[in-house]
Amino acid sequence: MKAFEPKIVAFCCHYCALTAADVAGKMGFQIPSNIRIIRVLCTGKVETLHILKAFEAGADGVVVIGCKLGECYFKEGNFRAVKKVERVQSLIEEVGLEGERVNFDFVPGPEPRKFAAILSGMNEKVKSMGPDPLGQ
Amino acid sequence: MIVAERKSFSEILSMVENYSKIIVLGCGSCVTICMAGGEEEVKILASQLRLAFKKDKKNVEVEEFMALRQCDDEYMNDPTLIEKVQDADVIISMACGVGVQHATAFFDRVITDRPTRIVPALNTTFMGANLDTGIWEERCVGCGDCVLEKTGGICPVTRCAKSLLNGPCGGSSNGSCEINKDTECAWHLIVERLKALDELGRIKAVEMYKDWRPSHNGGPRKIVREDMRL
Amino acid sequence: MKSGSNLERLLERGEFVVTGELGPPKGPDAEVVKKKAAMLKGNVDAVNITDNQTAIVRMSSIAAAKVLLDEGLEPNMQMVARDRNRIAMMSDLFGATAFGIKNMLCLSGDHQSFGNHPEAKNVFDIDSIQMIYMVKTMRDEQKIICGEKIEGEFKMFIGAACNPFADPFWYRLHRLEKKVEAGVDFIQTQCIYDMPRFKEFMKQVVDLGLHEKCKILAGITPLKSVGMARYMATNVSGITIPEDMINRLRGAGKGNVANEGIKIACEQMQEMQEMEGIAGVHLMAIEWEHKVAEIMEMAGMLPRPTI
Repeated sequence: MKAFEPKIVAFCCHYCALTAADVAGKMGFQIPSNIRIIRVLCTGKVETLHILKAFEAGADGVVVIGCKLGECYFKEGNFRAVKKVERVQSLIEEVGLEGERVNFDFVPGPEPRKFAAILSGMNEKVKSMGPDPLGQ
Repeated sequence: MIVAERKSFSEILSMVENYSKIIVLGCGSCVTICMAGGEEEVKILASQLRLAFKKDKKNVEVEEFMALRQCDDEYMNDPTLIEKVQDADVIISMACGVGVQHATAFFDRVITDRPTRIVPALNTTFMGANLDTGIWEERCVGCGDCVLEKTGGICPVTRCAKSLLNGPCGGSSNGSCEINKDTECAWHLIVERLKALDELGRIKAVEMYKDWRPSHNGGPRKIVREDMRL
Repeated sequence: MKSGSNLERLLERGEFVVTGELGPPKGPDAEVVKKKAAMLKGNVDAVNITDNQTAIVRMSSIAAAKVLLDEGLEPNMQMVARDRNRIAMMSDLFGATAFGIKNMLCLSGDHQSFGNHPEAKNVFDIDSIQMIYMVKTMRDEQKIICGEKIEGEFKMFIGAACNPFADPFWYRLHRLEKKVEAGVDFIQTQCIYDMPRFKEFMKQVVDLGLHEKCKILAGITPLKSVGMARYMATNVSGITIPEDMINRLRGAGKGNVANEGIKIACEQMQEMQEMEGIAGVHLMAIEWEHKVAEIMEMAGMLPRPTI
């Protein structure tokens, strides 16, 4: 039986997150194929609905990766993202999904190792939770 | 404005779980402002419903629609909307209680072959003001006989827990109401304000018994403006 | 005479009166009322019967008052604005006079959220001050609110409460003045511990001549423990307890605190007798009715005067 490979969507901000991704790429780090990166200018632009749509489309987990709190290029964007993620956690719990399927995390600057760790961490966590019970 | 909150998802789901064609109908007025039933909330609820039905492997169609206001026929008289409602099994109205009822009556008038099933997604609470982002508080209970001129612009009927009309009770403490430290004692606010306005004389005389007839005290109240009718 | 009650006559005569308090049972057992009545009989001039105090369901004040009457004591029926509309109030007042209840107090009432049925709808059709005015109109004009004549003669001696240290503090005198204007005959204050502050308040009352328009009874509640003192100071609006009083209780030593509390109460009662504007004391020995005789004896206030 094929091992469960979770479908993960990672909303990454243009500044810290994607810079880290770039450096990671240059260092030879490969982004696993089950993880879809979506670039946003700032995590503050990620809407509640975007995350819900990701689950509707079949994602097993969603992670929003931004700058460290207090270091957002747009000052407050990541604070708002954290709040939105909390909101989505309760919205999906209302539907019967584990709230931990969606998370916010940050990279403190172009830190490729941290970036890679976030992705693999999310991968492991969602794997242990099993496929999204709403899966196709 | 009218302030409302969305019911829990499980409560809404239980109202519609046996149907397969659902319309989520939002309202662009008060409930948009208090972030309970506007366009974003319609999309979120619809998304949640789809996720929930997927979970139970049900084939359900959830459509989204907005009306600028559900409490006025003019804003509901949209042929596309009416057609969709005709096809649907149930409408989840995200309007306030007024909107839900008015929409029901409206659709019953325009769709005559069968009654329209409409359920409320919100719990309508009060008439209130927006104090800060995400914070609303009741300011008027609609007593029908406004006394604000006598009380320095602060309503004792609404904001006093006992609707007292002759000053604070003995439970007023440090400017707070006895029922909750976070609730301001309305009469404390009133006497301080009247003192500042140098109008304490207004509350010297005994304020007589209130006539509650203009208030919500016996069925639905009605206003007919003959001067406005053709 | 407004009602010809024992309380009214004693006050009229210039006697320093003492009223007590009784909380009805959480059920229909009249024996409980009778037992408490027996402890108070002869030790106080009239007894307040609370009305679903703290919004907890108890035998009604009017029913318990009748039981008390039958035991030979004089009740002060209490009526709160929380549970009855004006129709029920006037109706109960007719019944009260029919039973022979001659004194009553007009109160706002604790909000229902404090009680055992917070989900109930409250009434608050009229407030305590409007209630005073209503009862006065019924008695002096023999008319109910709508103007209809009352069949038979309605009599009542009207009381109300005063919390001199509640907030806003500067307004409390005005509120008392309003109650006097509305027609109140006697006032019972919230229990006092801060005597100097109370003296200040009474000075202002006397300056306004309010003590001549209504009879003021100062509230006294003996402290049983330091814990009780702290609890009341924190949780009851308008109660401040001076540090030296608390120290006195602490200094009394284990097992002796309650007695010290009684001593303090007696001293207060003596002091109240000397205070200008005070016509009596309202002794609230909460759940300590059996101590009332002892307290009154120690204060040198027995036997009670008779008409």
